Amino acid sequence: MSLKDSCAIVGLGYTDQGKVPGRSGMSFYLEATRNALDDSSLDIRDIDGLIIQPCPTDRSVTAFTLAEELGINLRYGADQQLQGASACAIIQHAAMAVDAGLCNYCLCAFADTSRSAPQGIVYQVAWGTGAAYGMFGVAASYALIARRYMHEYGITNQQFAEVAVTFRKHASLNPIAQMRNPITIDDYHNSRWIVEPLHLLDCCLVSDGGRALIVTSAERSRSLKQPPVYVMGMGQGHPFEDPMRRSTLTVTGAAESGKKAFAMAGITPEDVDVCAIYDSFTFVVPMQLEDLGFCSKGEGGAFVEGSRIALGGELPINTSGGLLSEAYIQGWVGPHEAVSQLRGDCGERQVPGAEIALVTSSGGVLSTHTTLILRK
Amino acid sequence: MIERNQKPLPRIDEVNRPYWEAAKRHELFLQRCQECDHYRYPPGEICPSCLSDRLEWAKTSGRGTVYTWTVFHQLYHPAFEKEIPYAVVAVELDEGPKLLTNLVDCKVEAIKIGMPVEVIFDDVTEEITLPRFRPVSQSV
Repeated sequence: MSLKDSCAIVGLGYTDQGKVPGRSGMSFYLEATRNALDDSSLDIRDIDGLIIQPCPTDRSVTAFTLAEELGINLRYGADQQLQGASACAIIQHAAMAVDAGLCNYCLCAFADTSRSAPQGIVYQVAWGTGAAYGMFGVAASYALIARRYMHEYGITNQQFAEVAVTFRKHASLNPIAQMRNPITIDDYHNSRWIVEPLHLLDCCLVSDGGRALIVTSAERSRSLKQPPVYVMGMGQGHPFEDPMRRSTLTVTGAAESGKKAFAMAGITPEDVDVCAIYDSFTFVVPMQLEDLGFCSKGEGGAFVEGSRIALGGELPINTSGGLLSEAYIQGWVGPHEAVSQLRGDCGERQVPGAEIALVTSSGGVLSTHTTLILRK
Repeated sequence: MIERNQKPLPRIDEVNRPYWEAAKRHELFLQRCQECDHYRYPPGEICPSCLSDRLEWAKTSGRGTVYTWTVFHQLYHPAFEKEIPYAVVAVELDEGPKLLTNLVDCKVEAIKIGMPVEVIFDDVTEEITLPRFRPVSQSV
C-alpha cells in the first residue's frame, strides 16, 4: 500500500535565525516546537511522536531529552542523522510512523548554533588524512565536485552566478532572510575565492536557528487550523559518504530519490509548480535538477539561466532565498517554504496557484539525498 | 622544519599502518583483494567489491591521472598560511582508487584534469612520509 497522500504537514515552527548569539541548541528546539504548535492549533499533549535531527553543536539534545523538557511521554521517538538530508528523511519517517498507527501527531525538529557556537564553525573541520595535504572544510570537498562538473559538462561560474543572484533576489522579499541586499552577477564574480572554483557567493550561509513541523494523518489534518499540505511522494538515494569512493562525482542521490518520489506521487517534473532544492552551494542546484529530470544531464547550467528559476519564471526555485540567502538550518529551510507556498502564505514571493511542490535535502558532501513531493 | 611539523599529520592506526610504513620506505602500497583483485583506499577490513576479508598489501604502479582539484584561497589552518593559494588534487591511480594529495613541480595554473602523474615521497617528519605526485613528462 502506498503512503501517497496518507499524511499531511499541519504545523510549521520557526525561530529567530541568522546570528543569534547566547542561545543553546535546546532553546531553539523548544521555541520552534512552541511555534509549530501555535501554527497548527494543537496542544503539546496531542504530540505523541517525536523525531529530531541532532544539533551539530549540542549533542545533549535527543528526542527523549527534548520530550522530557516538553513534558510529554512519547509513543514513538527517534534521533535520525542523515546530516543535511535529515529534514525530508524525518518527514518521511514521521509519515511512515503515523501511517502505521504508531503515533498520531509526530513532531519533527532541528536546531543549530554553528554561527555563534564557542567551539567555532563545525563545517570547517579537517577530515582525515586529507588535512596533511591541506584539505579542510566542507566547501573544498564540494569544490572538487564542482570542478569535475565543469570539466564533464562545461557548466560555468557564470551559470553558478545566476543561481546566487536569483536566490538573493528571492531573499530580498523574505522578511526573515539573513541576507536581503540584492547582488549582481558582477558582485558574484568579484566575491573572493574560497576554494576554487567556488567563490564566497557560491557558498551557503552558516546560521543559528531551529525549525519544527508536525506530521499527522490526512484525516486528522482536515480538522486543524491550517490547510493541510499532503505528502504525495518520497524517496531516498545515497551515494557513498566519501566522494573519492564514488564512481562518479556528477550524479547526485537525487537521481534515485527523485525517481522514487515521482513514482509514488504519480506525477512528472512538468507537474511541479515550485521547488525547494537543497542549495549548500550554487552548482548543486543545476546538478540536482538534471538528476530529478527537469532537464537532461549536462543541461542544468543552461536551465538555470534566463530567470527560468526566478519568481515569475517557468519553475521558481528557493523562493525564500534558500540556504544561500535565507539561512542555513540544514535541510529544514526547504520544507517550510514549500508548505508556505502551498498554503498561499508567501506574500510578495508567492507563486500564484502553486499546487505541487518538490523539496530536496542532501547531507555530507552530496552523500545522502532525500526528495519529497507535497501538494495542497 | 618546525613550521612544517605544525601541519596536521595522518593518524596511524592498526588498519592503515602498512600504508604509512610503505610510504616511509618510499613505496605506495594499497590493499588488494585476494579473491577478486579489487584495490581499495582508504584501508579497511573487507573488500567492498566482493566482501572477502582476504586483503593483502600490494605495491602499486604509483601512476595515475588528475581526476579533479581545488585551489585553497581561504586559510583554514595557520600552518598553511605561506602556501596559499595551494592546490589539493584527487589522483585516480591506475589501480582504481582515488587519493587526495598535492602536486609538486607543477604550478597551480598548469593543473589539468586527466594529466598523467606519478608518486614521489616527501619525508615530512622522521615518522611520516607523505606520498605526493608530480607530472609525468609527456615524452616518457
